Amino acid sequence: MENNLKKVDIIFEDSDKCAPLKVLEKTLKRTADDIILDLIDSGLKGRGGAGFPTGLKWKFTRNETSDVKYVICNADEGEPGTFKDREILDRVPEKIFTGMAICGYVVGAKEGYIYLRGEYNFLLKGLLKKLSDFNAALKKLNVDFQIYFKSGSGAYVCGEESALFESMEGKRGEPRNKPPYPTVAGYNSKPTVINNVETLVYTTMICHMGPEKFKALGTSDSRGSKVFSVSGDTPIPGIYELELGMPLHDFVNEFGDGDTKAVQVGGASGHCVPRKKFNDTIIGFEGIPTGGSMMIFNSSRSMYNVLHDYLEFFAEESCGQCTPCRVGCQQLLKGIEAVKRGERPPAYLDDLKKLTGTMKIAAKCGLGQSVGNPFNSIIDNFREEIIY
Amino acid sequence: MSTTEALVKELVEKNGRTRNSLMPVLQGIVQQEHFLSEEALICVAKELDLSAADVYGTASFYTFLDTVPRGKNIIRVCKTITCHMKGKDEVIKAISNALKIKVGETTHDNKFTLLSANCLGWCHKGPVMLINDEVFPELTPQKALEIVEEYAKK
Repeated sequence: MENNLKKVDIIFEDSDKCAPLKVLEKTLKRTADDIILDLIDSGLKGRGGAGFPTGLKWKFTRNETSDVKYVICNADEGEPGTFKDREILDRVPEKIFTGMAICGYVVGAKEGYIYLRGEYNFLLKGLLKKLSDFNAALKKLNVDFQIYFKSGSGAYVCGEESALFESMEGKRGEPRNKPPYPTVAGYNSKPTVINNVETLVYTTMICHMGPEKFKALGTSDSRGSKVFSVSGDTPIPGIYELELGMPLHDFVNEFGDGDTKAVQVGGASGHCVPRKKFNDTIIGFEGIPTGGSMMIFNSSRSMYNVLHDYLEFFAEESCGQCTPCRVGCQQLLKGIEAVKRGERPPAYLDDLKKLTGTMKIAAKCGLGQSVGNPFNSIIDNFREEIIY
Repeated sequence: MSTTEALVKELVEKNGRTRNSLMPVLQGIVQQEHFLSEEALICVAKELDLSAADVYGTASFYTFLDTVPRGKNIIRVCKTITCHMKGKDEVIKAISNALKIKVGETTHDNKFTLLSANCLGWCHKGPVMLINDEVFPELTPQKALEIVEEYAKK
């Protein structure tokens, strides 16, 4: 069968040619505006899931007037089914540091922070050693930029950028109102670029290989490639860098176990796609975007259990600050339990769907706003499994 | 000066006397004492010139900053979907039986606390658990017990 899946090797490539410090030296000889133009031209969008154009983010921060600016690497990878950032941090940390240093040069920041989730503390010892070598190399190159680590302490919501700033400032990880956006007022209320781990590595690699090569991959809406975390009912779970814009059908052909019933694209906060829609679902910003999480379920799995797991997750991880999310997550969980036990009629599921609509409008951050994604896609496609 | 007081002073010295150092200070205490006692929280509040309520409010937000006593070794078994599919229930049951504690409890000798955790980022190698900061992927109930036994000897 024809398969349009294209495996790519950009993120983890570690030949001498793309030695991070060489890329840095080469790039710092260019003007900041040139680098921004290249990034915009490449079409790179944030790889954490939200997909904001990286070049624009850098440009907005550069345009702010402030003595102090920051570059922050969001390594608070917590979305269920996502584990690619851990692998990137472990295997090619210098490429992340380099992306941050380039960003610092472009926007005019002197300090960079990597916010590492507490669950990855075991990586810290090795990373600190590599970081101190890198910081020393920056000084040697006369680059006025230093990078530091900050640890998280087990809160999913701190992956939300403004909650992450709050946490770094020693507060509860509660998301802020937006605007102002981080490019205007982020960490310590100063202009801040905050990028995902993978995004920063792509910025390094685009500076290395030029935007053309990156742009040649993917589709007009989803340029380039992306690292996918593949898990669940697959004979070959793991991390794969693939060209964006593939039909889900091809993905399942490659990674499924022959009995795939559904794929959860984008983690617990993403969408559940049933088999009948594999053919016309595109993985990318024009279809279903993902931070990389691809969880595969075969026909032995109960979608009620899947949804129940997700809702339990959100009910626990909701920061509790805004009512739509705090109460909404609890009510969705209690609601499907009640329908399952027969205490509520099946039509109650439609009331719960309306509740997710309210959450989407009224919740303060992406956590509460996106609970409707898994909820509605599972209810709509596997309603009978929720009821009986 | 109590050992907790000395520890807090040392951590504040190292991380700086600002609000931004609150997380590293609290993390440092948990590293040494496994949880944040009332004494520790009040001491931090005094050193950083914050209200005790503010310090407690921050600490209680984070899963890893425990404000109730925990054992010397904290076992966190991932309970999120893929680990669930790959058999985390059996792993928890095996550890729970061996240590004679339920999830959320601490052994009488204060050596172990058993907890469940949300996604630990090892979905391709589940089930997985953390013991303190160390990670153990691709568990079976048998393997988990052997690892716990090793920690019991330490």
